[in-house]
Amino acid sequence: MPSLKDLKNRIASVKSTQKITKAMQMVAAAKLRRAQEAAEAARPYAQRMTNVLASLGAAYAGRPDAPALLGGTGKDQVHLLVVATGERGLAGGFNSSIARLARDRANQLLKEGKTVKILTVGRKGNDILKRSFADKIIETISFREVRQLGYVNAASVGEKILAMYAAGEFDVATLFFATFKSVISQEPTALQLIPAQFAAPAEAAGASSVNYDYEPDEEAILNDLLPRNISVQVFRALLENSASFYGAQMSAMDNATRNAGDMIKKLTLVYNRQRQAQITKELIEIISGAEAL
Amino acid sequence: MAEGVKIEIVSPERLVLSEQARSVIVPGAEGYFTVLGDHAPLMTTLKPGFITVTDQANVAHVFYVRGGFADVAPTGLTILAEEARPVADFNRTEIEALIASGMTALEAATTAEEQDRLRTEIDQWKNLLLEAGTVGQTAH
Repeated sequence: MPSLKDLKNRIASVKSTQKITKAMQMVAAAKLRRAQEAAEAARPYAQRMTNVLASLGAAYAGRPDAPALLGGTGKDQVHLLVVATGERGLAGGFNSSIARLARDRANQLLKEGKTVKILTVGRKGNDILKRSFADKIIETISFREVRQLGYVNAASVGEKILAMYAAGEFDVATLFFATFKSVISQEPTALQLIPAQFAAPAEAAGASSVNYDYEPDEEAILNDLLPRNISVQVFRALLENSASFYGAQMSAMDNATRNAGDMIKKLTLVYNRQRQAQITKELIEIISGAEAL
Repeated sequence: MAEGVKIEIVSPERLVLSEQARSVIVPGAEGYFTVLGDHAPLMTTLKPGFITVTDQANVAHVFYVRGGFADVAPTGLTILAEEARPVADFNRTEIEALIASGMTALEAATTAEEQDRLRTEIDQWKNLLLEAGTVGQTAH
């Protein structure tokens, strides 16, 4: 049985933990709003880019002269998994759920006899994946020092991927990140970057019926846009990720605060019970002492 | 859409501009062109340059864009630019730094292809500086 003093100390320490989690929750909520705005502001660009590429790319589908980024290398032996996670922990299952998705994919590919290379963006993903795939991780990019993610950050990742592709270091690239659904739900997502895949939207079919003039020509435009699209997709993924991260952190910290509250309640109950027991004991001692006289 | 053309300038970070303009001058890959209402559908890549948007009140707004493409559709003109900002924020020294780094890369380049690419790039930046001079005059 812990003494009264022990209980008092424990209550005090849980209380200060609760203060910290509460503060973290509020910080995450404030940052979430900003991250969400950034993700929403970036959406029109990515959307238009996809629409245009879908209508342009449809013409090249299945053609042997399609650009390498669209048609692929013709093999699917070497897979590059780009795993984007958060830089920090304390966000519930956020980092581990992305890592789990990537790990399952990696294991499946390895079973099929494929070669797997992993590029992690974000420190946490590296920490988790290096336990099982230390020899597969070729590089880790961290944006820990970056306060507000900009397009330049994503472009640097995109250029790295493109340079590796040009050097023939992989055949298929897949990007892993968490799509922001709502504050309480973030969905780990795998997106194939190279060869580019487009779910042809219904309106793209309508757009392609318009007779476009192309300057310089379709192929040049496609060659210009495809590499840019990689960076744009990475950028979108990073923004979605940061919104998801703060969402996950917020709900995780909300839970932690609530748990701390429950714990304080329980401990206070035990504390009070003991205090009363102590008082009763002291009274009995005094009374029995008086009777003995 | 009887009057003018709807223009949207979008950068990866945000929507820079969205309005109904009288005319828009766009730095296409094969030269500047002007878009008025009911322009024929056209898709083109952009070179670094200046977009001049003339609004309904005949006031010109100039934007600096770098890398991207323009999509002239019946519904309006969409500019997707890697970088887009009002010309007031345009910075000569930034471009000069780009030229300088291009020059060093050119000296280090080994293949003829690479050299060609870098040369065109440097020329583009130099042209941009020349254009910046004239844009500055008309804007005043």
